[in-house]
Amino acid sequence: MLNSNHLELSSAWGLTYQALNYVHRPSTVEGIRQVFTLAKENGRTVGLRGSGRSYGDAAVNAEQILLELTRMTRILDWNPETGKLTVEPGVTIRDIWRYIIGDGWWLPVVPGTAFPTIGGALGMNLHGKNQYKAGTLGEHVLEFTALLSTGELLHCSPEKNPEFFYAMIGSFGVLGVFTSITLQMKRIYSGQMHISTHATANLQDLLNTMEQRKASSDYLIGWIDCFAKGQALGRGQLQIAHEFTPGEDPNPQRTLSVQFQEPPEELFGIVPRSILWRFIKYFVNPLGMRLTSLGNYLMGLLKNDKQGLESYVSANFLLDYFPRWKETYLPGGLIQHQSFIPAEHAYAGFREILQTCHDYGLPAYLAVVKRYRPDPFLISYSVDGFSMALDFHVTRRNRQRLQEMVAHLDEIVLKHHGRFYMAKDATLYPHTVSTFLGETTLAQLTALKSKYDPQNLLQTNLSRRLFPQIHITTPNAQIESN
Amino acid sequence: MIRPLHPPKTAVIVGASTGIGAALARKLAAQGYQLALVARRADLLHDVCAEINQHANQTQARPYTHDVLDFAGTPALLQQITADLGSLDLFIYNAGAMFPSHAEKYNADEDIAMLQVNAAGAMAWLSPVADRMVRAKRGQIVGIGSIAGDRGRRGAPGYNASKAALHTYLEGLRNRVSRFGVTVTTIKPGQVETDMLKNAEQVRGPISATRAADLIWSAIHSRKQIAYIPGKWGIISLVLTHIPSFVFRRLNL
Ligand SMILES: Cc1cc2nc3c(=O)[nH]c(=O)nc-3n(C[C@H](O)[C@H](O)[C@H](O)COP(=O)(O)OP(=O)(O)OC[C@H]3O[C@@H](n4cnc5c(N)ncnc54)[C@H](O)[C@@H]3O)c2cc1C
Ligand SMILES: NC(=O)c1ccc[n+]([C@@H]2O[C@H](COP(=O)([O-])OP(=O)(O)OC[C@H]3O[C@@H](n4cnc5c(N)ncnc54)[C@H](OP(=O)(O)O)[C@@H]3O)[C@@H](O)[C@H]2O)c1
Repeated sequence: MLNSNHLELSSAWGLTYQALNYVHRPSTVEGIRQVFTLAKENGRTVGLRGSGRSYGDAAVNAEQILLELTRMTRILDWNPETGKLTVEPGVTIRDIWRYIIGDGWWLPVVPGTAFPTIGGALGMNLHGKNQYKAGTLGEHVLEFTALLSTGELLHCSPEKNPEFFYAMIGSFGVLGVFTSITLQMKRIYSGQMHISTHATANLQDLLNTMEQRKASSDYLIGWIDCFAKGQALGRGQLQIAHEFTPGEDPNPQRTLSVQFQEPPEELFGIVPRSILWRFIKYFVNPLGMRLTSLGNYLMGLLKNDKQGLESYVSANFLLDYFPRWKETYLPGGLIQHQSFIPAEHAYAGFREILQTCHDYGLPAYLAVVKRYRPDPFLISYSVDGFSMALDFHVTRRNRQRLQEMVAHLDEIVLKHHGRFYMAKDATLYPHTVSTFLGETTLAQLTALKSKYDPQNLLQTNLSRRLFPQIHITTPNAQIESN
Repeated sequence: MIRPLHPPKTAVIVGASTGIGAALARKLAAQGYQLALVARRADLLHDVCAEINQHANQTQARPYTHDVLDFAGTPALLQQITADLGSLDLFIYNAGAMFPSHAEKYNADEDIAMLQVNAAGAMAWLSPVADRMVRAKRGQIVGIGSIAGDRGRRGAPGYNASKAALHTYLEGLRNRVSRFGVTVTTIKPGQVETDMLKNAEQVRGPISATRAADLIWSAIHSRKQIAYIPGKWGIISLVLTHIPSFVFRRLNL
């Protein structure tokens, strides 16, 4: 029997779903092995979890064992000459930049929040606003060690065990556990970037401008006011960032420091950041969001083509300034619908998506557009094209309709040869996944699964929901029924 | 398989092979619950599950053979059930025993047996259930007590005491867990036409098990703390509990 003192509530980051899990937080590889043994003895499965920043059920394993890697937080090796960094899986993006920035280095790829662990980041193979240039985080992994559910350690790099290397990164924690990861960091010559903002009149304008600017920009992010209709459908703004060239920053030591980068504890002087979300709450309703969206658009017009400087941290991790902003979406929580569509179909696809949201009367509260290039991994969401991420507030009343609508949006995405990202998902169906990944890819994943995790120990709610075929040989027949 | 926006509602009924428990199982099935049904008689339990599953055209109810007197085995079974269901929203302790009794009968073994099934078994289940619901910060516990637990009568001291113990236990549990978002509902039926009624000393206008299940469901659904089934027993009980003991003793109730 499992010890019920380990029962803890774990949530989807979007707060739409939560479940009790038997949570274990080992601090060593041996500790992980013991958890595997415990699972086998009890006929239970093991789900992996980092910081739990995935929007849906990717890091939840309801009523089963959840192995949280957040106590494996050692930085194992750092070479400030070469920028090679070796870490344990629980080290976060934030831990890393704070550790290396003083030496003039930054991560080659960062997401919109600094809290993910490296293990979780590679479990999903995350990307940043420079994906079209730098690719996914996995492309900067020099080597890693994975612990298999059999207890065996596997060392991998693009040369050593390449098949496993390209499958393990991005396969949402069902093949093994990253226990040590070596990454290549990138040189930076200032702790600031040049940022410019450009208003875009509609969707076509936004995509065209991104396409024109991509060769000359280091980071690109588009933002859409989802409440605009008709001629203005997809109106928004584009933010472009350029990094400093060597010697451009007269005093790089000042900006390449933790003190310079970390946002002040108090915004507006007196209001602690941790309670700001209570105020934002009043804006999380259709009218408030409409006003905020319009306000943002007008700000974009005002700032149009103006240049400014921003620190790396505030330019990249803006959302972390409001630590509890997602709670404004309670009690229902939020989902994000992020679709990746090849450049030639992006306009038609995204247009249809935005229009469909209007038709359902459920416009997104926030929409973000980014540019991509394909990546070499087995499980991949990347395309030579764009992604559009839509945030929706889930309520008791809209829940059913929202699920229907996103299923409809998924059809549109598939029609335009698009893809999806497990880190954001809470609503996909297995048939959608097998359509975009393709049967060959799924067969490969299934074969790797039965080879490297023959007892089918590694599972999560997401893997059971979307990849039933990889879990055919469950250790306990009744587990499947979940 | 659990879809995050529409996770299935889940419930356990202990004592679901016949009578009120089986009727409640059908009622909850109609409300869309995924069910784990527990009792000793495997054949009867399988019949209830088969009927529900056939009607739903999918596995909606699963049988678990268990004797509530197996206190030591209870936590492991709870763990198995929750793993199979994937969550636990509603837990109903309905198992109960009542031996034929009358004012001249003295039988300690039967009295103790009733105490064990009606009260000790409830404690064995509800303690770990309450613990996990507090951790989940939600959930509902329902105990099927009886109007018989409101007073000690000359005809059935053992049964009365066992149900009174259950009521008080449920009250204490409610006071312990309600601040964590967990509801505890005490159900006090009057007479219901079931196998158990055959052992009653006198039968006065019983309702059907189906009717009882409908009324119990509405008490559960509105998250009542205490509900008499049917409601008129609330008034009768109010009167009975206000009769002073020296008077009650002289009444032939
Ligand atoms: C506000 C916000 C902004 C975001 N912005 C972006 C963005 O810009 N780009 C982007 O790509 N993503 C973005 N994300 C998504 C986020 O980066 C990913 O969900 C990431 O995986 C989270 O890391 P984590 O440590 O929280 O992992 P978790 O969510 O805990 O886990 C992610 C997956 O990895 C698996 N896993 C965890 N640890 C290990 C391990 N040691 N070995 C093997 N598998 C493991 C888990 O089973 C799970 O499937 C954002 C999320 C939020 C909340
Ligand atoms: N009928 C009434 O008039 C009336 C009035 C007030 C309160 N109640 C209460 O309502 C509840 C249900 O009773 P009922 O009228 O429906 O009677 P019932 O038909 O006899 O049902 C009793 C249930 O409890 C189960 N049970 C008994 N002993 C058990 C044990 N040791 N382990 C596991 N399960 C056990 C039985 O299953 P197995 O025998 O298969 O194990 C059966 O499913 C009882 O708590 C009873 O006290 C009934």
